[in-house]
Amino acid sequence: MKQGTIWTKPFYYIVVFVVATISLYPILLMILSSFKTSAEIFKNPLGLPTSISLDTYRTLLSKVPFTTYFMNSVIVSVVSVALIIIVCSLAAFYIARFKFSWTNAIFFIFLLGMMIPIKLGIVPLFILMRDLGLINSLWSLIFMNVATGIPLTMLILTGFFRTMPVELEEAARMDGAGNIRILWHVLLPIMRPALGTVIIINFISAWNDFFFPLIFITEKAKMTIPIGMMSLFGEHSADWGSLFAGLTLASLPMILLFFIASKQFMEGLTAGAVK
Amino acid sequence: MTNATAPSKKKKRSWSKWTIHLFPIPALIIYGMFVLYPIIAALSYSFFEFNGMNRGNFVGLQNFVTLFTKEPYGSMFWNAFKHNGVYFIIQMVVMNGLAFFLAFIIYKRIRGSEFFKAAFFLPRVLSVIVVGFLWKLILNPNYGTVNVLLEKLGLESLQRAWLGDPDTALIVIILVNCWFGIGFGVLIFLAGFQGISSELIEAARLDGAKGFKMLSRIYLPLMIPSIMIMGVLTFIQSFEAFELIYAMQGSMGEPYYSTDTLAVFFYRLAFGSSTASGSTSIGLGSALATCLFCFILICTSVFLRMMNKKDVEM
Repeated sequence: MKQGTIWTKPFYYIVVFVVATISLYPILLMILSSFKTSAEIFKNPLGLPTSISLDTYRTLLSKVPFTTYFMNSVIVSVVSVALIIIVCSLAAFYIARFKFSWTNAIFFIFLLGMMIPIKLGIVPLFILMRDLGLINSLWSLIFMNVATGIPLTMLILTGFFRTMPVELEEAARMDGAGNIRILWHVLLPIMRPALGTVIIINFISAWNDFFFPLIFITEKAKMTIPIGMMSLFGEHSADWGSLFAGLTLASLPMILLFFIASKQFMEGLTAGAVK
Repeated sequence: MTNATAPSKKKKRSWSKWTIHLFPIPALIIYGMFVLYPIIAALSYSFFEFNGMNRGNFVGLQNFVTLFTKEPYGSMFWNAFKHNGVYFIIQMVVMNGLAFFLAFIIYKRIRGSEFFKAAFFLPRVLSVIVVGFLWKLILNPNYGTVNVLLEKLGLESLQRAWLGDPDTALIVIILVNCWFGIGFGVLIFLAGFQGISSELIEAARLDGAKGFKMLSRIYLPLMIPSIMIMGVLTFIQSFEAFELIYAMQGSMGEPYYSTDTLAVFFYRLAFGSSTASGSTSIGLGSALATCLFCFILICTSVFLRMMNKKDVEM
């Protein structure tokens, strides 16, 4: 036992340290390289940048409409998350609080979505979006984010509603409040932790989504960041400084959010699997 | 007066009772339109002939027969299927194995465990497209960090065109996926370890269990639910693998289809590829989607059933 403790602790530290280095180094390299010119990257790929220069970012912004991509990503993510919260809190409230014979069946149908590989339905989806006139519209992405976010969000919100005491609502109902008022004024304010999880999971997947914009968006003016990166790499593959700058700009919002709320991120993204 | 107010009150109550049924409607419509309908439609398309995006005649199982018997589709299918299998096995062994061990170390209370958890998890917040492109630069044969690092260490003989060599390309892509996903596994396994009752561990220790025996005889059986969860999730993700391969190796699974997977093959059938003359065929693509869908669904149900049984036994 004693021998074990002498040997194992340093071994444990070496393992976690090595893996943490492998996890972080590529990201650090991406950020550092974004401050180097392409010539400097090719000459000295591993070293620190000799000077902090924002030239690569200036070139990048002159080459691609990054601010347009960024705004599109913001619009798509924010609207998607807002819609998910609205439609799912209504539905979860219904499923958790009203016991009709069909409520469990509805819940099951929603949860089924977690096992459906939705990418395989892309051909009918493309035809549907075309017929709705939503190709090259941000709404196609918003609808997909909402639809694919519903199953996990329903699981989390319904679970949360079920844990909350019914007494609060009954008191409000006595005072004459209707269902919408109860949901809005009584329940939503006290379910902040669950909403935090829901916002984080859906925001990340909306922000990072690449598959649906690949199929639905071809106009530059409607591209989100991930698909904009795709065209950047297709058209300017030789200018490594700008490529690293592009990757850094694409990831920075998420990395910053992760630094601010890493606990919520980790709890949020694993929430569905643990339950 | 009382006569006049009583019915209106009643009316109001029945109205509010009725409106409650509107609550799940928006979610049902969006989910039905953009998840349920497309997947059902995709399954039904596999029984029809297609001319571009236009549906033609009902052809029964013809698309399935063509997919499996006509070249190059038949060999492409099994080639891609094999790669999905390799994807799953390597991720299970390398990513989940290492994640299990890392979670065990963090569970043993080392210093800085919060930092290490966050460090392992950080790649997970990046977009898969960023991950793919970043590693493509890192693995570049001439200027990429990996080969430069090997040169600095005097290991020039190990340098190679990692993504251009059919022998290494698939393995390298799977390892990049492991880099991306390991933090998630660590958190799932850690939650599993933390759920084990401390009395049980104490009892085992008093019985003289320690070291490796403790890990294999006590922890491992108790961790089976977490291992099953990660198994199912890794399975689904391995057989749906598309984005990373598309970003790094394109829709042809370069080089020479050595990184092709079923989802990439499906994409090629449905939307064609920019480089090859291969014609698109929605019918064949839908037949492939149906096979993959059934395969994932059946395997996952079997996994989940096994999982529930294990729970009951314990």
